[in-house]
Amino acid sequence: MSSHRLQIRDLTVSYHRVPAVHHLDLEMQCGKSIALLGPNGAGKTSLFKAMVGLVKPETGAIELGGHGTRRTRKDIAYLPQREAVDWDFPLTVRGLAEMGRYTRLGWWRRFDSADEAAVQTALATMELTELAERQISALSGGQQQRAFLARALAQEAHVMLLDEPFTGLDKSAQDLLGQALRRLVKAGNLVIASHHDLKSVPELFDQVIFLNGELIAFGDTADVFTERNIDRTFGTQAFAGTSRSAR
Amino acid sequence: MMDWLLDPFRHEFMQRAFFGCAIIGFTNGCLSTFIVLRRLALMADALAHSLLPGLAVAILLFGLAPVGLFFGAMIAAMIVAIGTQLIARSSRIKEDTSLGLLFACAFSLGLVLLSLSPVRVELHHYLFGNILGLSDADLWVIHAISFLVLPTLVALERPLLLTVFEPSIAASQGIRVNALNYLLMGALVLSMISSLQAVGVVLALGMLVAPAATVYLFSDSFSVLFWGGGLLGMSGSCLGLAVSYWLNLPSGACIVLLLGLIFLVALLLSPKYGVLPRLFRRRHFHEQSLERWKGRDAVNVAPPQE
Repeated sequence: MSSHRLQIRDLTVSYHRVPAVHHLDLEMQCGKSIALLGPNGAGKTSLFKAMVGLVKPETGAIELGGHGTRRTRKDIAYLPQREAVDWDFPLTVRGLAEMGRYTRLGWWRRFDSADEAAVQTALATMELTELAERQISALSGGQQQRAFLARALAQEAHVMLLDEPFTGLDKSAQDLLGQALRRLVKAGNLVIASHHDLKSVPELFDQVIFLNGELIAFGDTADVFTERNIDRTFGTQAFAGTSRSAR
Repeated sequence: MMDWLLDPFRHEFMQRAFFGCAIIGFTNGCLSTFIVLRRLALMADALAHSLLPGLAVAILLFGLAPVGLFFGAMIAAMIVAIGTQLIARSSRIKEDTSLGLLFACAFSLGLVLLSLSPVRVELHHYLFGNILGLSDADLWVIHAISFLVLPTLVALERPLLLTVFEPSIAASQGIRVNALNYLLMGALVLSMISSLQAVGVVLALGMLVAPAATVYLFSDSFSVLFWGGGLLGMSGSCLGLAVSYWLNLPSGACIVLLLGLIFLVALLLSPKYGVLPRLFRRRHFHEQSLERWKGRDAVNVAPPQE
């Protein structure tokens, strides 16, 4: 990829003509971790889904390094919310990471030593090597998140979209996941995570997107993570007209 | 004693039956992996019942010719399967509701049509099959279906695995999730038809659920589940058939009962996910944290007593 840039221009996503995300313009650089903040129904998940091509935008376009979502599917990994996963699935941590390679391999190409190495590296980066043969439900919440990140790494994804990764984690698990995200960012990945715990934003994220249907603010955490923007995002009536309680 | 044991293998009709059982058991056993993981058991049951109107129409048009029955059943099942998806997608009615509605209607329609049939048809035969009376045509249908279904499932293993595990993520990676779901449905209907003559629709469901459900209690590997389900389906079906001969009991029911029995034993005794081993394992307040301790090789740390 020539320019490591994720660009969103004039994006509108709607369900049955009711817009969830409204004329959004964003330009993000790879090598950053970004918090996506907004109340429930602010369009965070819709934005993620549009980025990976799960919903068709009403207007606008999303481009990674100058290519549309169709070409960039393999480069963007979407990590599901934990409730959405069938944890009893007959799958080990290693199996999950190997799934990441399938996207690269297609349907039939042999799983060779290069793939094996990619899986090993991904597991090592996420500090899961010792747990590789564990079934996925026998992991703690933070380990589960890291297992899915390992899959994204094995997939050689460039952009990682995380839906509330820190929800339900205790402090130490949160720290470990935070460190894992740091490593990803250092390696040049773009990490975007929807997030609820405002207190931990400054220590975890470089940049912040405030979203409430429309873009409220976007920029470096030091600049835009202010009382005023938090109030504007969480405390005001949304543009769609439904009232939301302040947090 | 030896004579008594080997007796069933001497008759030609029994050899045919074993042959049919092995193939159907294997195919259904492999397919059962997807039924268990995608939670399609009840869907499969409903589909099985909705074959009836197709069979009835075929009987009205062509008599009892196997080819006619085969296509009749297939078309009926396809109509119900696709109709279910269409209703679920185009309205607020959910999939289970539309399926329940359609299959009840289909079954009723089948009964009405059968009452008009000039040939007397045993409903009992449709429900429970007759594996001891397999004709050449039946065996050919069974063969053809297995040779179609199994290679397809094997060839599509990766995309199917991704789809079954996380449909939305799979879709985000460009996998055609809907097409694969229809394909699974198609494979399910085909296997159902191949089991129809052998064990009937009610018992086919047992063969389509029990094998993978049993292996699921032992293994955390998808491949083991798939092939193990096939092997278990095959061996269990053949053993069940032999038992039915030795004890002079109905064959289809024996097969399913045996598969059920094996499942029960697994449920009780499986070292990893069985009920009894879990019951007697040392209780611990934080089983997960204990696991993590073990993971860090802190073997000598005694677990705190309750």
